[in-house]
Amino acid sequence: MSSKSENFFTDCVKDAAMGGLIALALFSVLIGMKAEVASGLGGGLGIEYRWAAVAIAVAVVFGGRLLLNLFVWKTKTPVTEKAGSLMPSMSSLAPLGKYAMPVFLVLAVLLPFLLMSAYGARGSRQYLDLAILVTTYVMLGWGLNIVVGLAGLLDLGYVAFYAVGAYSYALLAQYFGFSFWICLPLAGILAAFWGIILGFPVLRLRGDYLAIVTLAFGEIIRVVLLNWYEFTGGPDGISGIPRPSFFGIEFTRGEGGFADVFGLDYSSIHRIIFLYYLILIMALITNFVTMRLRKLPVGRAWEALREDEIACRSLGINTTNTKLTAFALGAMFGGFAGSFFATRQGFISPESFTFIESAVILAIVVLGGLGSQIGVVIAAIVMIGGFEFFRGLEEYRMLVFGLLMVIIMVWKPRGLISTRAPSITLSGKKGKGISADLVQEGHG
Amino acid sequence: MSSWDINPVLTIEHLTMRFGGLVAVDDLSFNVGRGDITALIGPNGAGKTTVFNCLTGFYKPTEGRIVMNRLNGEHFLLERMPDFQISAHAKVARTFQNIRLFGGMTLLENLMVAQHNPLMVASGYTIGGIFGLTSFRKAEREAVERACYWLEKTGLVDRADAPAADLPYGDQRRLEIARAMCSGPELLCLDEPAAGLNPKESAELNALLQYIRKEHQTSILLIEHDMSVVMEISDHVVVLDYGEKISDGTAAAVKDDPKVIAAYLGVPDEEVDAVEEEVGI
Repeated sequence: MSSKSENFFTDCVKDAAMGGLIALALFSVLIGMKAEVASGLGGGLGIEYRWAAVAIAVAVVFGGRLLLNLFVWKTKTPVTEKAGSLMPSMSSLAPLGKYAMPVFLVLAVLLPFLLMSAYGARGSRQYLDLAILVTTYVMLGWGLNIVVGLAGLLDLGYVAFYAVGAYSYALLAQYFGFSFWICLPLAGILAAFWGIILGFPVLRLRGDYLAIVTLAFGEIIRVVLLNWYEFTGGPDGISGIPRPSFFGIEFTRGEGGFADVFGLDYSSIHRIIFLYYLILIMALITNFVTMRLRKLPVGRAWEALREDEIACRSLGINTTNTKLTAFALGAMFGGFAGSFFATRQGFISPESFTFIESAVILAIVVLGGLGSQIGVVIAAIVMIGGFEFFRGLEEYRMLVFGLLMVIIMVWKPRGLISTRAPSITLSGKKGKGISADLVQEGHG
Repeated sequence: MSSWDINPVLTIEHLTMRFGGLVAVDDLSFNVGRGDITALIGPNGAGKTTVFNCLTGFYKPTEGRIVMNRLNGEHFLLERMPDFQISAHAKVARTFQNIRLFGGMTLLENLMVAQHNPLMVASGYTIGGIFGLTSFRKAEREAVERACYWLEKTGLVDRADAPAADLPYGDQRRLEIARAMCSGPELLCLDEPAAGLNPKESAELNALLQYIRKEHQTSILLIEHDMSVVMEISDHVVVLDYGEKISDGTAAAVKDDPKVIAAYLGVPDEEVDAVEEEVGI
């Protein structure tokens, strides 16, 4: 018995020592030597040796590997298993899912008042701003969910439609003086139009190729906005974008302003609350339409397309049109969100529409669980809210954030909500969720 | 003149399909009789599935003509139509050799997807559906009824709300036939429907196919290796070998055709000359 445990220990040490040796070989060059321009007039190139840093790095590798060997990799009772059992299982979360929707909705509606009572008008502003940001991403996530989650088309350039929406409003307001409420539908239509324009050439492509072309499309839109200086203002962006009005009532101080009409004391928070409700309603409409479409033939065709395109064609479904509608609808909601973004910020520039935005929106959809509406909400809160929440950690927040993503992806590889609810059931009841293992992810 | 030549539902004329230098189907002509069960048989690699892919639009034939004659008198040249229109307008439905179901969707959803086109019209191309038009709700109810009818016929109604990928193999084969039938075809093309079925399931399949042919004015064209299915239910058998038709006739006639026996079983060395003389090579 004792020899066995001794064996186990020497095994672990041996393995860790091997790791340490490899680390030493690598780090002695990578970390140990640093090329430096010698100070002084000569200015020759010299090498600075940092053996202490190498020692630390090797010690960390050796120690880390030893601990992992002892407690996780080589032992029969790995601590990860115990830790894994601490994580809530899916079955215990199922009843939560039933109440999550209404609870989220009530919370979202009451949020401004809760914040106001907790922090006062001045203090709650930053939290409301964050709530607006999160809700914008929820809406974008829901929009992209149509394309990626339902139709299974991997779109890496979704931010292009967000940009089209934002610039549509900004330019229409600048050149023609149109108000927000006229521009909102126009921005959606224009974005949908661009969705179809993008859709046509990429329809033949699948998987990785589709992803690359959509990525390129996103960049093209941004580069055009950046370089068409006379029209879009290029890198200077567009400023002074008009704020939205409440049925024609402006949020201004004094006579005829919102506060005056409703007999309230003027406060800048009114406009923020209004913006919050505006994006909340827009997001809820997106959700309502998507949920509705899922139960209609077109939504079922999207999901069928994700499952098996060839079978779809053999059943008489025009896959070209079906893909285009998915692209156009997803783009339209992106456009709506974009025009909201423009009116909220009052200033837009191509810098707001970089690839990282597309990546974040896609991450929200993937993290939430492809095709899951409530999953997108949770993922947006975790990702956007969490990102802001860890701002105090400064440069470490990326690290924390990355770790969080890794943990979630190990724990739930198919996203937080990984069951698919049937769109129609014979029994008329809600029906049992379909495990994600059976659902295809789509192949472009 | 045989019955299938008098009133054909499908006429294939001089069909040739080349992939580069490979001739998969070579100058193939035959008729599929209306209301018949026609079997397309042949050794592996004979070009049977290629014929299917040509007539359902997945391949564009290099040469030849494929005419679908619908009950209402319309004619469709299938070689010119995109694949989805062949199902939608020419009413030719097919199943696949390696089953292609929508695995993550329930059985009922699978059958609803098959009724996409009529439902799309009923939902006012989605716009009416969003607002919940009563005419759409009625159409949807009818679609569900139709789906239930086929689920009952295939004995799957108990599992209507289960995901299709969870079904056992034999049930998946039957569901694929049910799905094809939900699109209301006049010609049903089945690619090896009995593959992997046990004798009992195979017998049930025979009954199902005969029911479809009798009750639904649907002609059936099937590729099959299982001779018990072919000989028992088919009215007309076409035999392919190396992309060429080597025999065409009733099941009994084809069974005794020396060319067919030679293609399937080969012949002893000493008889090669005699058979070749008989076959005319």
